[in-house]
Amino acid sequence: MRHLLLATPFALLATPAAASTGEPVNPWVALAYLISGVFFILALRGLSSPATSRTANRFGMVGMLIAVVTTLVTHVPGLTIVVYDDGPTQTWFELDWATTSQILIAIAIGAAIGLVTARRIAMTAMPELVAAFHSLVGLAAVLVGWAAYLNPGAFGLLTEAGIAAVSKVEMGLGIAIGAITFSGSVIAFAKLSGKMSGSPILLPARHVINLGVLAAIIVLTALFAMAGPDETPPLIVALTVLAFVIGFLLIIPIGGADMPVVVSMLNSYSGWAAAAMGFTLGNTAMIITGALVGSSGAILSYIMCRAMNRSFISVIAGGFGADDGGGASGEPREQRPYKQGSAADAAFMLEQAEKVIIIPGYGMAVAQAQHALREMTDVLEEKGVEVKFAIHPVAGRMPGHMNVLLAEASVDYDKVFELEDINTEFAQADVAFIIGANDVVNPAAKTDKSSPIYGMPVFDVDKAKQVFFIKRSMGGVGYAGVDNDVFYMDQTMMLLSDAKKMVEEIVKALD
Amino acid sequence: MDFISILSIFVLACFVGYYVVWSVTPALHTPLMAVTNAISSVIIVGALIAAAAADVPGAKWLGLLGIVLASVNIFGGFAVTARMLAMYKKKEKK
Repeated sequence: MRHLLLATPFALLATPAAASTGEPVNPWVALAYLISGVFFILALRGLSSPATSRTANRFGMVGMLIAVVTTLVTHVPGLTIVVYDDGPTQTWFELDWATTSQILIAIAIGAAIGLVTARRIAMTAMPELVAAFHSLVGLAAVLVGWAAYLNPGAFGLLTEAGIAAVSKVEMGLGIAIGAITFSGSVIAFAKLSGKMSGSPILLPARHVINLGVLAAIIVLTALFAMAGPDETPPLIVALTVLAFVIGFLLIIPIGGADMPVVVSMLNSYSGWAAAAMGFTLGNTAMIITGALVGSSGAILSYIMCRAMNRSFISVIAGGFGADDGGGASGEPREQRPYKQGSAADAAFMLEQAEKVIIIPGYGMAVAQAQHALREMTDVLEEKGVEVKFAIHPVAGRMPGHMNVLLAEASVDYDKVFELEDINTEFAQADVAFIIGANDVVNPAAKTDKSSPIYGMPVFDVDKAKQVFFIKRSMGGVGYAGVDNDVFYMDQTMMLLSDAKKMVEEIVKALD
Repeated sequence: MDFISILSIFVLACFVGYYVVWSVTPALHTPLMAVTNAISSVIIVGALIAAAAADVPGAKWLGLLGIVLASVNIFGGFAVTARMLAMYKKKEKK
């Protein structure tokens, strides 16, 4: 009798396959993946404060290293050949050098691209970078799903009757969610980076089309799961193509103002895609990570929706910010009187103030005024003025974006406050200094039920003794296209200029 | 592992994720997204398995491409997170 057993070295240690999903489980390997998952939990936990965050990031790297090394060790390319003969058993292992070097080269290429991008990217461009990264996770999920479909044996998915139905459902879901993440993120990237207009593209009957495609994907997944081995290829191809199409269709009707929600939502999807693949492979690290990332993206989407007083459904349905002729943007606005001031006026009053609250918006980042603003803060503090920064959740183009931009300009994070923490302090503030923000200080959100931003939480700048409003000109309006009563208040002084230039002039006037 | 064990891990991890993410300070939401992005590339595990198996060339090449994409994310994601976190400083009091 002569048996020939072909396997990778560590698989030999494993218990025989008894399960319907995943590979034969070697307890040590399973433990390693579990530890990796725990490190990922610690990586997110540490982000509760900037002080612990750097260590947290290292935990994440350690977790990833454990997962990758474990996989490399258990899946060394090459074959162990064991010959059970009538004589003594012979074992030898042959490493497949070609494949090993291909894998290492693939990692090196990815590492080089990743590291160079991470080093070069401007902090203002962080939303498009994150969108681009999401698209890569999505595409990787599609590729892994397809690889598992083409080579189920390597993933331990092969049973006597082909791939088990459960595995096929998981595989189909992983591919579908991955494909939606990919094409959706590509559109989000194009919109955020200005390669595509931020205004919504509205197809007629888009809701019917979208629901139809989603239903078709679900039906195809079910058919794919039930089909015999010979019938699956057209089904999985159709499934993949439709999922790519729906990702595209879902994001094109969503306008630029809603991109913070979209980026968070795609963040969530990339997590669910990883989780679905984790189910297919029976891999704990992937499942834990997928669940963490999925919840994280979902919570961030919720926070962003709440900050804009928009329901998640209405964001997904899209169309917000479409120029449909209605609303305040259509009609010419009446000319109302406002006070205009100069940098010298502003500097004089800032010097006299005891407490100044600065409200930066995305316009400040566009004008690259954050460094000048920090200089102004330093000068004022030397003169004994208390300066605080107030950040609205939607101040940037993604959650927490404004905080990063201020941190880059070396603004001390102890001076930066969230909306709910600082809003009561405006009553004691001598100056509310609005730079590059508009909708987030618009009182119409509190009073005008017909306003598109009604119900959105806003800063109570009208309670401050003085309001300085830096704006390029009186013409422009915020994302939502509505007029702002703050411009015309008695205590408001409009500083009409480029934000960076104006702040630099104020700094000069302060000296 | 059987389906129910995997599902249990998944459901519990969702709860862990929920509580952990709510405790993240809003000031670090952008780094949070960058780092979640990096860790979701643990999907590289699947790509490594596919690439290491020599018997189906199609799956192997998909795996290799998957490794490249996931590596971009892993290295890029952790590096850009580290770069951002290094900026969050308390000023030295003079």
